[in-house]
Amino acid sequence: MIHRFLLLFALLAASGAHALTAEEAKAIAVGESDDRIAALNKAVANADDRTAAFLQALSDDAVKTAGGKVLVVKDGKGSDPVTGAEVTVPADAEDVINNNRMRGELDTALAALKLFSKDARLRAAAVAELQKEPDEAKLPLLEKAYAAETDPAIKERLGLARAAVLIASSDKAKRLDAARLLADSRSPATRSLLLERVKQETDPDVQAALQATLRGVEGSLVWGERAAAVFSGISLGSILLLVALGLAITYGLMGVINMAHGELMMIGAYATYVVQGLFRTYLPGAFDWYLVAAVPVAFLASALMGAVLERGVIRFLYGRPLETLLATWGISLMLMQLVRSVFGAQNVGVENPSWMSGGLVIGNLQLPWNRIVIIGFAFAVLAAMSLLIARTRLGLFVRGVTQNRPIAACMGVNTARVDTYAFALGSGIAGLAGCALSQVGNVGPDLGQAYIVDAFMVVVLGGVGQLAGTVYAALGLGILNKFIEGWAGAVLAKIAVLVLIVVFIQKRPQGLFAVKGRSAEA
Amino acid sequence: MQRRFTLQALAAAVALATAGLPAFAADDTIKVGILHSLSGTMAISETVLKDTALMAIDEINAKGGVLGKKLEPVVVDPASNWPLFAEKTKQLLTQDKVAVIFGCWTSVSRKSVLPVVEELNGLLFYPVQYEGEELSKNVFYTGAAPNQQAIPAVEYLMSKDGGGAKRFVLLGTDYVYPRTTNKILRAFLHSKGIADADIMEEYTPFGHSDYQTIIAKIKKFSSEGKKTAVISTINGDSNVPFYKELGNAGLKAKDVPVVAFSVGEEELRGVDTKPLVGHLAAWNYFMSVKNPTNDEFTKKWAAYAKAKNIPGHKDKPLTNDPMEATYIGVHMWAQAVEKAKSTDTDKVIAAMAGQKFKAPSGFTAEMDMKNHHLHKPVFIGEVKSDGQFNVVWKTPGPVKAKPWSPFIEGNDKKKDEPDGKSKV
Repeated sequence: MIHRFLLLFALLAASGAHALTAEEAKAIAVGESDDRIAALNKAVANADDRTAAFLQALSDDAVKTAGGKVLVVKDGKGSDPVTGAEVTVPADAEDVINNNRMRGELDTALAALKLFSKDARLRAAAVAELQKEPDEAKLPLLEKAYAAETDPAIKERLGLARAAVLIASSDKAKRLDAARLLADSRSPATRSLLLERVKQETDPDVQAALQATLRGVEGSLVWGERAAAVFSGISLGSILLLVALGLAITYGLMGVINMAHGELMMIGAYATYVVQGLFRTYLPGAFDWYLVAAVPVAFLASALMGAVLERGVIRFLYGRPLETLLATWGISLMLMQLVRSVFGAQNVGVENPSWMSGGLVIGNLQLPWNRIVIIGFAFAVLAAMSLLIARTRLGLFVRGVTQNRPIAACMGVNTARVDTYAFALGSGIAGLAGCALSQVGNVGPDLGQAYIVDAFMVVVLGGVGQLAGTVYAALGLGILNKFIEGWAGAVLAKIAVLVLIVVFIQKRPQGLFAVKGRSAEA
Repeated sequence: MQRRFTLQALAAAVALATAGLPAFAADDTIKVGILHSLSGTMAISETVLKDTALMAIDEINAKGGVLGKKLEPVVVDPASNWPLFAEKTKQLLTQDKVAVIFGCWTSVSRKSVLPVVEELNGLLFYPVQYEGEELSKNVFYTGAAPNQQAIPAVEYLMSKDGGGAKRFVLLGTDYVYPRTTNKILRAFLHSKGIADADIMEEYTPFGHSDYQTIIAKIKKFSSEGKKTAVISTINGDSNVPFYKELGNAGLKAKDVPVVAFSVGEEELRGVDTKPLVGHLAAWNYFMSVKNPTNDEFTKKWAAYAKAKNIPGHKDKPLTNDPMEATYIGVHMWAQAVEKAKSTDTDKVIAAMAGQKFKAPSGFTAEMDMKNHHLHKPVFIGEVKSDGQFNVVWKTPGPVKAKPWSPFIEGNDKKKDEPDGKSKV
């Protein structure tokens, strides 16, 4: 703490920056954390661009040591941090290891350096970094930056960062001001700061102001937390929807109890993995877009497998649900073993493309991009499928054949072919679900097993043969599950949802939406 | 009818013949049982242990075997099915008459095997870190006890370098290992002056895949007080969605570090580790540990994986802590048999006491004279962007295992050795 104090005063006082020396670089990179931090702070006190670049490299884990020398290694090329000259990296060079504490100090140091940068975005990031851990030693620096800042948004945030420090000031008026000012800051960090201060504050006036601010901050945070719960429910619901949509066709419309549905999803996920591998090898430049190519590939791979299954096995078993169940279950085991033999029993890694990593920050909630994309994807698939079923010739045939097979055949519909197409379509949608699942969870031979029960649950709950029912059931189950989980924990939530479904199905065996009309039982 | 009968007879004859074959060969080989799930949920972790054991056996055989006889592995697949573990053990001990069994991963499977090995006076080498609270004459535990993994990890989190955590989230899969470990950790945290209000305990079912709510809870909990750390005993493939969610939700290691007890190199294979840099794991071995023994071990594994065409490992060979523990176990058993000049269970158990083996961790692992556990060093590693670990803290030397944790009431009265009598 003390040396940080010194550092920042020195930083302010520093008129002329002095260049990084080899000794300094070494002291920052090697040794005990305490000594390294001391050296770091000393170097930052009068830093030039070289120091900043070196610290950035340290924070990126791009620094190695060899034979008592420190070098920066980027893209396989070594350079000297002091002179910038290119040097060859010796084979025995060892990585410089930063622990979390060191990383935190490096980030603070870099933020302090960037606080006066010309780029407004860098300055904003630096303020955000400094605001996280209020520290009295940073006050003079913040004051100076506050005075110099011209961008009103950054100035406001600097004011908040300053208030977070001033709230511990010995001057009562300053504490009061700070307590009032902080009401504008709706971040979780402010809450923990305020909670801490409420415990320590002795002055009744300031205490009252703190309490009022805390209530305000908590009030606004609570809305973020509620929104997050709803979002996670919708996200879970969208996944359930994707998983169940394919089954809504094969089981809901066609009546095939397809236990291999989960494995068709797994095939879709593995197809995504293969496409990822191909892009990495042949198109590394376009790697971020592998997922776009993987969507049709996953659909086709699973649809093809579905068509083979239907032609090879299932068509001989129409109208014999028990045999279908056993046969498809056997097929699911075979498919799993097949994948295990080809790809291995271990899970394979499917990366999020960079545009799907991280999240969208709104106030105090961060919505992960991959989940947002999947929600959109689920509804796009739903829309495409309902159009296909309701508006196209194939959809008409499928509906006709499922409602009354003999009459459809009399009308000249090739029912066997329609069955194959419909089953392939359901399987293809399972493949799309697998492609989406690869972005949030595991890709392994057992992937399907985890979702098959959920899929059947959604379809049965929604009402067999009803697309709309599937949608409501998926979203309803997702949101219900997440709310119970938030309140009673994941284990109880799972049990509670199952119990609710059992009770519901007993009261209403036809599900949420029953098929109306005379053809229902045909 | 006639034809079916002959077919059956033929099948029976073939079965008899194959069952009989090893019996003829039994004189010049020693049979060794390998009991790891090769299918089902645990196949992810256990398959590679089977291969490690086979590699160690190959190595021993290449040097002429044990007592002048070659080792003959008998591999069975208990399929992640806990009762099947007991059945397969019985089969190994009574039909195949193996001298020793290397196997099990989850504590549930070990608990299921335990009565069988005790009843038949068999020998089991268990290679995975576990919750302690068990000591059997017929089992050697080559993984870590809580004081060789969990306790040092929490101490590190509370230290200055570990971030000085004051609040803890205990997060685990809902079964015996996480529950017991968290019971021990809660008592340990109490002893360090941490109040119950500063500890949050959460469990998820096996195979849980949606961690949004839990991450949101952790975020909320961490904003309600001082520095928070998460201690994860999540097991199996749930770790992948957990870490993915963690990365996407923007919880950085320097704000809320997560230390995991069941996440190693192999578990991170399926994860994009860039957002996870800085999160921690505590083990007795990391692949990235630098010493000549480890270099040799990893090279051997890479060559073996390539030669045997082991999926995944043939392109990207990885080693981890339970693999090291398996490797140590097989070699120590062979040494003990040489010392005892017999494969008789009781003689081997006696010879195991004090066995030493130069382990890939860089230290000499030593079997305790009494308590059937190894003395092992403890490492704490931080996740690197390439899925390997940087060791940021380690014990100066091997630590003696305490299977009966002093943080569970009544354990101070328990003896630090099995009660000696075989329950035949």
